[in-house]
Amino acid sequence: MQEKNRGLALFTFLVFVFLLGPLLIISVTSFEGGNILKFPPEQFSFKWYINIFDVQMFLTTFKTSIIVSLAGNLLALLIGVPAAYALSRFDFKGKNIVDAIFVSPILIPGIVLGFSFLRYIVGVYQLPIYAALFIGHTIIMLPFIIRVISSSLSNFDFSIEEASESLGASKLRTFFTIVLPNIKSGILAAIMIAFLESFNNVDISVFMTGPGVSTFPIQMLTYVENYFDPTIAAISVLLMIITAFFMFMVERLMGLSYFTKR
Amino acid sequence: MKKRFVYLLLLPGVLFLTIFMIIPIILTIGTTFYNENGFTFQGYLAFFKDRYFVDILLTTLRVSLLTTIICILLGFPAAYYISKLGTKTKAIMLLLTIFPLLTSSVVRSFSWMIIIGKNGLLNNILLFTGLIEEPLDILYTPTAIIIGLIHLFLPLIIVTLVGVMENIETDLLKAAESLGASKLVVFSKVVLPLCVPGLVIGSILVFVGSFTAYTTPALLGGKQRVIATFLYQNAVTLNDWQVASVVATIMIVVTVIIITIMNSIAKKLNPKG
Repeated sequence: MQEKNRGLALFTFLVFVFLLGPLLIISVTSFEGGNILKFPPEQFSFKWYINIFDVQMFLTTFKTSIIVSLAGNLLALLIGVPAAYALSRFDFKGKNIVDAIFVSPILIPGIVLGFSFLRYIVGVYQLPIYAALFIGHTIIMLPFIIRVISSSLSNFDFSIEEASESLGASKLRTFFTIVLPNIKSGILAAIMIAFLESFNNVDISVFMTGPGVSTFPIQMLTYVENYFDPTIAAISVLLMIITAFFMFMVERLMGLSYFTKR
Repeated sequence: MKKRFVYLLLLPGVLFLTIFMIIPIILTIGTTFYNENGFTFQGYLAFFKDRYFVDILLTTLRVSLLTTIICILLGFPAAYYISKLGTKTKAIMLLLTIFPLLTSSVVRSFSWMIIIGKNGLLNNILLFTGLIEEPLDILYTPTAIIIGLIHLFLPLIIVTLVGVMENIETDLLKAAESLGASKLVVFSKVVLPLCVPGLVIGSILVFVGSFTAYTTPALLGGKQRVIATFLYQNAVTLNDWQVASVVATIMIVVTVIIITIMNSIAKKLNPKG
């Protein structure tokens, strides 16, 4: 048994080398002083980090991505919180259908969603690209917002709510003073998970670029197609730092349980 | 009164998704059955008659299947090991698994370009150690896509399986052992069947994810098209929205078929689940 466990430990270690090794390698290459991506790097330098700020399109698209993700997040919350509340609090006719509608953005292939967006939201509805980006990102964030907040509501004891209402508080007042503060950490976790999902999105954004409009990951893709220097490696390091920070926050807010429940 | 209130809470979401997602998707599917002469299957007949199209579809299916199988083979033992660890070590291992999952797919695919490129790390090592004499052409082949996709989805299957394995009660295993079952029998008769739901969900996520992935094949596949990059090419580069809609519909249909088949397998293997 001991022998077998050691084999399994080694196997698991190798799996983790495979998972994390590439991220480590990309981090190391970001400090290359030369002009070509190499591992190991030949001389140490920060010049590719500085280069990020010299490429105007990176700054512009970074701003676009932040604005689209934050605005989309806000709208997804406005739509998602009441929906999550209704779904976890009440039983009603057609609940399964409504449930299915709210998960469907995850089930439909992202690239298909992006294309139907290009064809109808931009092509037929004639919305400007910026608005289409905003709506598209709201849609992909919605299932995450609803799922995380629902799981947070499932731990909430609704009898407290009934107590408040029986003491004369209105439904709305009860919601804002009793329910909302109790699921605050769930909402914060939902915002962060949805933000990462939206900020990293390629499948939908790739269809929604126009004159002067693009998102950060799409700009990265375009850059990789044209140059093979360590700029993207440097960006990767910055993105990984942001990801690690968000993960730390979500772990603090909800524990790891969110990630293992599917 | 109460009923109306519930529907009122759901209305904005349902309306929003219907207008901006469901109707566009239905229209996308609908237009593939019409041309100037009315109802037709012409789009699909043309698709399946063209070797180039069919090759792309088959390559994508093959790549997705291989990715799923390798992810299970690598992920199952790792998840089993992690699920047996103590609380603290397990938490650290899970954090290390989730970190790549939340990292941008562009970053992760790009990291493989550094490793498997012609002048990449892997070729340098193999050349240096004398195992090969000419650099291997891995980048821009289906193999490169498979490697990238495994890296993308392996954490997903590990996390899913750990979630399921954690819930297997150790008492159950002890009971089986005390009744005389060998380790192998306990594993195959108790552990494995209880893992089936997790394996099915994990496989669906990996297969469907691989089948519809865009970023990884776009970066690592080069000229080798898969169905997602082919859809993009037709929609944006060639501006042929009719063919793109046919491809989009085929992707939806294949996704639905995979999920249905996997679910029915799960029901057969695990009637209680």
